[in-house]
Amino acid sequence: MNYTFNFTPVWQNWPLLLEGLALGLGLAVLSIAIGSIAGLVLAFCATGKHPALRALAFGYVSIVRNLPILVIVLFIFFGLPQLGLAFDKSTSFVLALSLYAAAYMTEVFRAGLLGVPPGISEAGQAIGLTPLSIKYYVVLPVMLRNAMPAFANNFVSLFKDTSLAAAIAVPELTFYAQKINSESFRVLEVWSVTAALYIATCYLISLLLRGLESRLRL
Amino acid sequence: MTVLIDIQDLHKSYDTLEVLKGVNLSVKVGEVVSIIGSSGSGKTTLLRCINLLEAFQGGRILVDGQPIGYRERDGKRVRDSERRIAKQRAMTGMVFQQFNLFPHLSALDNITLGLTKVRGLSRAEAVEQAEGWLERVGMLAHRHHRPSQLSGGQQQRVAIARAVAMKPKVMLFDEATSALDPERVAEVLDTIRGLAQDGMTMVLVTHEMRFAREVSDQVVFMNAGRIEEQGPPQRLFGSPASPRLRDFLARSGI
Amino acid sequence: MDLELSYFLSEIVANRGMLLQGAWTTVSVSALAIASGTLLGMLIGLALAYASAPLRWPARLYVDLIRGTPVLVLVLATYYMSTPLGLPLTPFQAGAVALCLFCASHVAEIWRGALQALPIGQLEAGRAIGLTFPRICLYVLFPQAMRLAMPTWVTAAAEMVKASTLLSVIGVAELLLTSQQIISNNFLNLQFYFLAGAIYFAINFCIDMLGKYLSRHLEGAGKPRSPV
Ligand SMILES: Nc1ncnc2c1ncn2[C@@H]1O[C@H](COP(=O)(O)OP(=O)(O)O)[C@@H](O)[C@H]1O
Ligand SMILES: [Mg+2]
Repeated sequence: MNYTFNFTPVWQNWPLLLEGLALGLGLAVLSIAIGSIAGLVLAFCATGKHPALRALAFGYVSIVRNLPILVIVLFIFFGLPQLGLAFDKSTSFVLALSLYAAAYMTEVFRAGLLGVPPGISEAGQAIGLTPLSIKYYVVLPVMLRNAMPAFANNFVSLFKDTSLAAAIAVPELTFYAQKINSESFRVLEVWSVTAALYIATCYLISLLLRGLESRLRL
Repeated sequence: MTVLIDIQDLHKSYDTLEVLKGVNLSVKVGEVVSIIGSSGSGKTTLLRCINLLEAFQGGRILVDGQPIGYRERDGKRVRDSERRIAKQRAMTGMVFQQFNLFPHLSALDNITLGLTKVRGLSRAEAVEQAEGWLERVGMLAHRHHRPSQLSGGQQQRVAIARAVAMKPKVMLFDEATSALDPERVAEVLDTIRGLAQDGMTMVLVTHEMRFAREVSDQVVFMNAGRIEEQGPPQRLFGSPASPRLRDFLARSGI
Repeated sequence: MDLELSYFLSEIVANRGMLLQGAWTTVSVSALAIASGTLLGMLIGLALAYASAPLRWPARLYVDLIRGTPVLVLVLATYYMSTPLGLPLTPFQAGAVALCLFCASHVAEIWRGALQALPIGQLEAGRAIGLTFPRICLYVLFPQAMRLAMPTWVTAAAEMVKASTLLSVIGVAELLLTSQQIISNNFLNLQFYFLAGAIYFAINFCIDMLGKYLSRHLEGAGKPRSPV
């Protein structure tokens, strides 16, 4: 192999790469926030008594989890305008990733809810808390702590999925990497630096969430 | 003495399994009633019905003269609303075998949660009262500890404080010492004895026969979903009438 | 709003050959990646669970690096980097390699978890009756670990099918790229992306069923035979 490394084009575009990374993080945080709220509601449906709501939650999860995220992204960005529902690139992507995140977070929170010992809800009932208060003050905080490790894994995974936004030309990190790649042909340099940026960010996210988890541990 | 809890012909089934087959029991104000009986005889279920943690299909439970859990409407028996049931539950305090403290809250906040959200006290009042109760059960020094940092006996004392702090009319104990290491049993029994001496009305399910004999005004022997025998402790333990009770006491080492 | 359903149907019929070809490419590249990735991942997982530090560390590094990289970056990097690295790959080859590397990193973690969930006594008992380590693996550890790993492995396999859509970006004519090509002629975006989604769902649904069948089968295999 007689390849001479030249990182100059990569360093010249360093601000762009960082900008792309920041946009990816922003898209991830927004989508995960939306997806978590929806997932929380669906998880309560999935573990609740109402059969129709249970079926809704399970149906949603099993359909969305079996679809490729890229197909959802393209369907929303290119397909929905045919129904008069047109969104710009970033909005389309956030919508797609939120739908996707909701399915995964439903599973995360559902497992968390199943891990809440029934005895503590009964203790809440016994002191006269209303069902809603029990959910809010007792079940939810315990469930969130149970769910932290799985939540962290899915957070990282969903952040990595923001790379797919490049497919509809949202200018995040992978988009810029491809651009620099085709302009400079510094192939090894571009992709190793891009991968390193993703790896470092994923590592930092899990470090951060693991720290949070250990502080919240019961 | 006025009757505080009046259970009339209580029937309870899990699906097809009838667990309570017509239980009648009344508990007067200030009385301590112990329920004994072999495992599976329905003791826990009876306590859970009194606390409305279980639905029941027949009979009535009156607390302070008021029927709880169900009401008659157009000749039909309908379950009270969850809000109403929550209010009714606040009249009875329950202590569980497995303590069931809220794991994410400190000992203090385990108590203040109910005081602020159910009894509507301000945070400051709630803390003051909670600290008073923690002192009563000898747990004030541990008020900022999480349940996972406490021993079983300590957790159960906090759980007792949490229940009494709600100022219930009656306290229900379901085998409060069964999950404890033997050397931790005494501290919890002492706490319960203290409440009894203060005149708290109590229904205890227990396997501690000596303790039942010492603190109870009445002892109830349950067998297969019915009350088989009932009376003051001296008579029940001294001259049991039913052969099943004699058998049970022999097996319990009395 | 007009969904042009009859036009859609006629376009499906007209393009059925392409669609089948695309679906076949999706299935074959996924199967290739799952098979090779599973073998590689089992080796790496074994190293993670049992190897001494000089072997365990590179294995850990591999898993953490690959799992920190988005699959799309992995696909693009494999494709573009193969030429300057002196081993030019076709899009299909590059895609298969990238998916295999990705699959291996997942399987390695699954396999490590399954092996470590086995009681340590199993390894010791194998040693005690004089089996060599490869034989202990083959006869004692793997059959038990396989049963533990099966449900998560099936999930990982379905993830591979989903990840294979990313090969469309480097020009592998799998199901998604095929759909895009068809759409570029008839502009039925909504309909054909929906169809693609439905086909992916069907493939993954089959994998799910297969996994359930295998789980049952393995469960039976692990149980002692009842005396006749
Ligand atoms: N949730 C339940 N579902 C079905 N059967 C139950 C349930 N809880 C208790 N039982 C049954 O009811 C009977 C009485 O149980 P319990 O009241 O717990 O007895 P005890 O407390 O006297 O040991 C037992 O036969 C038990 O198996
Ligand atoms: Mg019991």
